[in-house]
Amino acid sequence: MSTDDVTPGGGIVEDEFTDPGIPTHHRPRRADVDPKAAKRAELQVAALFGVSVLGTVIAIWAYLTADVGGDNIAGVRNTTMFLGVGLFLAMIGIGTGAIHWAKTLMRDHDIVEERHHLRSSEEARAGAVDNLKQGARDSGIGIGRRGLLKGSLVTALAIAPLSVLVPAVGNLGGDWNVSKLRNTMWRRGMRLAKDPGGGLIKAADVTIGSVFQVIPDGLNELEEGKLEEKAKAVVLLIRMNPEDLKVQPGREDWSFDGIVAYSKICTHVGCPVALYEQQTHHLLCPCHQSTFDVADGAKVVFGPANRPLPQLPIAVDDEGYIIAKDDFNEPIGPSYWERLK
Amino acid sequence: MSDVKAAPPVTGAKHAAGGTANYLDERTSIGAFTKFIARKVFPDHWSFMLGEIALYSFVVLLLSGVILTAFFVPSIEPVVYDGSLATMQGIEMSKAFESTLRMSFEVPGGLLMRQIHHWAALIFAASILTHMARIFFTGAFRKPRELNWLVGFTLMILSLAAGFTGYSLPDDVLSGNGLRIIDGVIRSMPILGSYISYGLFGGEFPGEDLIPRLFTAHVLLVPALILGLIALHLFLVFLQKHTQYPGGGRTDKNVVGFPLFPVYTAKAGGFFFVVFGVIALLGATLQINPVWNYGPYDPSIISAGTQPDWYMLFIDGALRIMPGNLEYVIGGYTLSLNILIPGVVVPGLFFGALALYPWIEAWATGDRGERHILDRPRNAPVRTALGVAAITFYVVLVLEGSNDIVANLFRLSINDLTIMFRIAVFVLPVLAFILTKRIAMGLQRKDRELVLHGHETGRIVRFDDGEYIEVHEPLNDQERWVRVSYTALKPREPAPELNVHGVRRKGYRWDRFKAALSRFYFEDRVEPVTPAELEEAQDHRAPVAESEAPRPEVEKSTTS
Ligand code: HEM
Ligand code: FES
Repeated sequence: MSTDDVTPGGGIVEDEFTDPGIPTHHRPRRADVDPKAAKRAELQVAALFGVSVLGTVIAIWAYLTADVGGDNIAGVRNTTMFLGVGLFLAMIGIGTGAIHWAKTLMRDHDIVEERHHLRSSEEARAGAVDNLKQGARDSGIGIGRRGLLKGSLVTALAIAPLSVLVPAVGNLGGDWNVSKLRNTMWRRGMRLAKDPGGGLIKAADVTIGSVFQVIPDGLNELEEGKLEEKAKAVVLLIRMNPEDLKVQPGREDWSFDGIVAYSKICTHVGCPVALYEQQTHHLLCPCHQSTFDVADGAKVVFGPANRPLPQLPIAVDDEGYIIAKDDFNEPIGPSYWERLK
Repeated sequence: MSDVKAAPPVTGAKHAAGGTANYLDERTSIGAFTKFIARKVFPDHWSFMLGEIALYSFVVLLLSGVILTAFFVPSIEPVVYDGSLATMQGIEMSKAFESTLRMSFEVPGGLLMRQIHHWAALIFAASILTHMARIFFTGAFRKPRELNWLVGFTLMILSLAAGFTGYSLPDDVLSGNGLRIIDGVIRSMPILGSYISYGLFGGEFPGEDLIPRLFTAHVLLVPALILGLIALHLFLVFLQKHTQYPGGGRTDKNVVGFPLFPVYTAKAGGFFFVVFGVIALLGATLQINPVWNYGPYDPSIISAGTQPDWYMLFIDGALRIMPGNLEYVIGGYTLSLNILIPGVVVPGLFFGALALYPWIEAWATGDRGERHILDRPRNAPVRTALGVAAITFYVVLVLEGSNDIVANLFRLSINDLTIMFRIAVFVLPVLAFILTKRIAMGLQRKDRELVLHGHETGRIVRFDDGEYIEVHEPLNDQERWVRVSYTALKPREPAPELNVHGVRRKGYRWDRFKAALSRFYFEDRVEPVTPAELEEAQDHRAPVAESEAPRPEVEKSTTS
């Protein structure tokens, strides 16, 4: 093997060490010199393959004796365990056996393969160019007179995919009516219902410090779009000491005796906010920890959200049930481009 | 290497094998292919196994995935649960969720397959990232492998897509909220956001189309792309032949290692079974994604401590770390930079830079040659430092993505922790860069020292004049060669600004930029020891010599 053409990493340096070449002193392994060691290695490899066979037997046994279903959780756990361990042994036996074989018994001398430049030879390149030219001439494009053919073909190829893409993409978005993002199901006079359960809520039943997850009464009876409506309409109803509540200008009559209702959908990227802390009146979104101050218009006090949670204006009807006075006055949930349009 | 040539068939079995080989060869000329492939040489190194782990965990994903598809029902249609799990009785859920429960609790081995599949996915993602890191730190992306780097990069993105689409299929609370987060990020995009969201979900979130669509993407589209690209990836590895670490006899013009058959067939083939076995053991013993604890998706529910799979944490962390007040309304339109920057811009720039890295570095080196000898990371200090800085940035985001857990662990408030991370995400990568560069160059100096003065032996010798000296044993040829056979590249100079006509040259600015980049990379460097230096050092070794150390890098001189 010649080594004098080595130029590690770049330009030729005059003053250079010479490559000592592939190490010649090859330390023989035990099995190379000692037939007994070789025999032992052979037995070890065979034993590992034997472990694999054992594993397969365990796996099949675990399957045949599996006792799952009928609320037998322990049975599921055991089957998972024994079947899995059987599979593990079946695989690891083959794997370690083969590797052990390679490491102890297979010839372990380095061999050398030459690399060739990836660049094609000059003749091959010239030939390629010639062939393409020849082909172009045969087709008539190459002569330069056939601009019309070329142009029309390129145009046709470029726009042909549209015949598939336009209907395909066109169908993806359903009715594409993005203005649905603007409104929720809430309407004037609609009663607030507990979720889950569906019970209506009387103002008198809401104690100070309590929190309810609330949906519009009737949402669960919807035939269509139940989840879509719920994803927008869900609200948290919270009662606090009226003195603690900083009523927002213009929203004097949106709350009732310390009871406020705010959208549960985070204005960051739309997780349901969840953790309410009674002392601080802070509401935390567990997704990215945006924190809203319910006592102060649900404004953002920390985290990546920018806007307060939208407030649902509420009142109490003749029978004492809490009702919505209207839909939210802005789109709920995360921001989007045409949100204010 | 003629020991694989088939001997003339003698025994019955050999006869049959020969017959089959003949049958195939006469129809496919597989003989020529076998001749080429059987003794193809692969160099040996543990770090070359990372790509193999990715490959094998992908095979495990395919095998376990096919079994899961036999039981999973990709439908959002509501059903009331009446299966074997007591805690779920009477609860309304989608068929997707119900079928996930059914295959976990009523199909023997179903839960095992689910857990194997999920563990394989985590290992797949982890092995791809570490494989990519090894390619990066050793410079294996240099010419001619830039294109394979791009193929690999695409595979990495696809592996994230595969993971995310699969994770979302069971329609549980955790994955449902993950999808809602993605929906929120998509909606923040200017102009088209709402429409892309509608296009994906088939209308308003959550819609009825998403689970079936994700299913098709997950079991067909993404795996087919991955499979095709893996084929291309490995074809290129074969065509370009594998790189090798520096060592005696290894040059840019050869490959030194073991033949594919039998050594690699046994080692790599065996390794597949090891990977499969380990994943099976994980699936058997470590519970993962117990969706029955989360419950079916309902858009109003969330559980505390929501976490995506680890490979998505960096996006979650980026979303968490961002202060909220970067939302602007321009002419009535809302531009939510507080979401766009972490959700789209930062990942875009990060991945963009990663994809283009081989070309960025080539601007700095101006190197046009084929590079088949890998760099030891210390011999490319700036590249190594950049890589560590990028990893540091990534890790800060991952930690911020689990800030609730980290805060709990260290008893900090989440808010304080997030504020700390807001600073750390800028400061730590810079520190990591500086520190790594210093360490790399320090190691290079250590190498120089070792080459010049040999190993310390711990043996102390007393000379006649009463002086003590520790005996140093010179390196052998092989040890030395590994440490001296690299080139410390120098910064490039831009060609002159004015051309022969005294006119400002086109492209001069670009050249200047490349020169500046080159200075950034190669201004500071440690040159390898030259034979002359070594000779000089050996002369100085005479115990009586009281002269200075030959180079300032040398901290300990042999005289005392
Ligand atoms: C599906 C994911 C992937 C699989 C299954 C895979 C598999 C492999 C395998 C088996 C090898 C040869 C052994 C080795 O050096 O590790 C390899 C080499 C390589 N991979 Fe990947 N890989 C994947 C992703 C990536 C990624 C994300 C990158 C970088 C962006 C990448 C870049 C490369 C390059 C440049 C080589 C040639 C290395 C050399 O010759 O030294 N691969 N890959
Ligand atoms: S979704 Fe609430 S903080 Fe991100």
